[in-house]
Amino acid sequence: MSESPAAPLTTADGVPLKVSLRRTVRRSKIKALLLVAPLLAFLFIAFLMPLFEMLWRSVDNPEVSTHLSRTVSALEGWNGESLPDEAAFAALAEDLREGQQERNLGLLSSRLNYEKSGMRSTISRTARRVGTLEPPYRESLIAVNDTWGELDTWKLIQREASPYTMSYYLAAVDLQLSPDGDIVQVPEYMQIHATLFWRTLWMSAVITGLTLLLGFPVAFLLASLPARHSNLLMILVLLPFWTSLLVRTTTWIAILQSQGVLNDIMVFLGVVADEARWQMIHNKMGTIIAMTHILLPFMILPLYSVMKTIPPSYMRAARSLGGKPFLSFRRVYFPLTIPGIAAGGILVFILSIGYYITPALVGGQSGRFITNYIAYHMQTSLNWGLAAAISSILLFVVIICYLVFNRLIGVDKVKLG
Amino acid sequence: MAIPSYATRGERIWHTIFLGICGLVFLFLIGPLLVIIPLSFNAEPYFTFSKAMVTFDPAGYSLRWYQDFFTSSAWLNAIKNSFIIGIASTLLATVLGTVAALGLSSRYMPARGVIMALLISPMIVPLIISAAAMFFFFSKVNLAQTYVGVILAHTALGIPFVVITVTATLSSFDTTLIRAAHSLGANPTRTFFKVVLPLVTPGVVSGALFAFITSFDEVVVVLFIAGPEQRTMPIQMWSGIREQISPTILAVATMLVLLSMLLLTTLEFLRRRGERLRGLSPG
Repeated sequence: MSESPAAPLTTADGVPLKVSLRRTVRRSKIKALLLVAPLLAFLFIAFLMPLFEMLWRSVDNPEVSTHLSRTVSALEGWNGESLPDEAAFAALAEDLREGQQERNLGLLSSRLNYEKSGMRSTISRTARRVGTLEPPYRESLIAVNDTWGELDTWKLIQREASPYTMSYYLAAVDLQLSPDGDIVQVPEYMQIHATLFWRTLWMSAVITGLTLLLGFPVAFLLASLPARHSNLLMILVLLPFWTSLLVRTTTWIAILQSQGVLNDIMVFLGVVADEARWQMIHNKMGTIIAMTHILLPFMILPLYSVMKTIPPSYMRAARSLGGKPFLSFRRVYFPLTIPGIAAGGILVFILSIGYYITPALVGGQSGRFITNYIAYHMQTSLNWGLAAAISSILLFVVIICYLVFNRLIGVDKVKLG
Repeated sequence: MAIPSYATRGERIWHTIFLGICGLVFLFLIGPLLVIIPLSFNAEPYFTFSKAMVTFDPAGYSLRWYQDFFTSSAWLNAIKNSFIIGIASTLLATVLGTVAALGLSSRYMPARGVIMALLISPMIVPLIISAAAMFFFFSKVNLAQTYVGVILAHTALGIPFVVITVTATLSSFDTTLIRAAHSLGANPTRTFFKVVLPLVTPGVVSGALFAFITSFDEVVVVLFIAGPEQRTMPIQMWSGIREQISPTILAVATMLVLLSMLLLTTLEFLRRRGERLRGLSPG
């Protein structure tokens, strides 16, 4: 391979080899990218844009600035030490009058109600009577509803005039802004989200631990059996894996409920009295049992694929060198399975903290996850900003776990079935 | 697992205990699915075995819940919707995913790690988050409560499965086979159809099956973005479990278990075929 500087290697048509090679590589790169491009574009529109929209919604705060635009500009420069002047009250009356005519005060009153309870009725009551009010508005508005005479109300309007807000994120962890702008805890009876975040995390950890405990021996057995036996047993792992999630949850309802199969058997055997049937469902236990069952294959499969690569001769070597069975296992075999434990553990944990269906059906009150509150705020309380903020926090946790997973194992190593 | 001849007595006992534990775990895995099948033939409207069932009295068994399913317009409509949405999103996901996998398996693919992580993300992001996000976005662009919206959403959820399976198949694809075909005189078209396609098809089909089952089993996204017209099987089951609990659900569940057995057999068949074609096993 001697390359003289005077006559560099060229291809048949006289282009230097280096240039030609670079051109080919570039063309291959572009070709590969073009093949991936349609899918990337699709996912961008159908998946990433929605996620961005959600993140944006968790800080978006348009209600006050659009529906109370006059009031907001009248409050500019107000120092917040005493009630604002007549101009601000007149602007508020005008804003409410317009809102009442166009019937679009609903969003505004809900928004302010999240921050200060009672604002919903204050606004609707005032708006209904604002048509008949006479100046001076300061006196007449306070006469309609004395909330307008409170300094905090005006501070709230001034604060929420900003087009972005952190208050959904604060609410998602049971915090709120006090009228003076300090971050404080919400009253104890309203604290729910932080508890649910913690419960989701610790119950997911318990479920991960249980799947590891149950999955490890099975994966070990599958990996050490000859292929024709292990393939048969593998079906017992893969069949539940392939069965509809709802079916598996339904079976646990049929088995665990107080008039269900397991209780009937226990009563029949005389282990439990008929009137003292076990309450195994619609509580934490129901969620843990059903989710351990559902997620167990996700632990067994990665463990199995790692254990399959450990040569059985290692254990024999350890034994022949004088290791007692347990010591050989702990010092030789177990360390080699750690990549599988990490893969399965992170996978089960990620899936578990995001589960919604199973906790909703078998979890009752005490076995609910934070995901159930996302659904609650989406569908029942219609506080979409809060739902978006909780989702964003959960998404953040999941992404962290995913990055760790990707770093440790590599996402392209994921195998299915 | 053969126990070595040098095993001590303690080890033999321990080995038996170990097998017992494994047996219990297998029972835990498969038991619930076995319980539900006989329950679906219950003549009584309960979720538990009646006296007549335990004593194998034929009067305790009946097909009424199956009849209930096949005569209910709500269930039949739901199954129709599930197939429409499932098939459409599977086709879309398979085409997009396979083409992308071809690019991803190229040696020259830039930023493969990042792109792969991105393509897999719909599988990792919790469904409830995807559902909420898609609800916000799709209602903004008037896709909520339409078939198109649900199909697009399910396509996004099915894509990772196609990408993973097809990339795995392509990575074990021996490219010298293409050169061999050329050197033996086949033109590129013939090479593609006679050599590449038969080797890659099992992977593509398993990817498609994964995508289909993902859509067919998906509740949360449909719950959020579908309207009453797009009620699918899982939604029908979901509301059945929550509202009027009837053993019709168990009949549906039994049929779904049979469906998953069918899918599993197909997949296993494809896997063996793939291995045989690639000469990995003598089969």
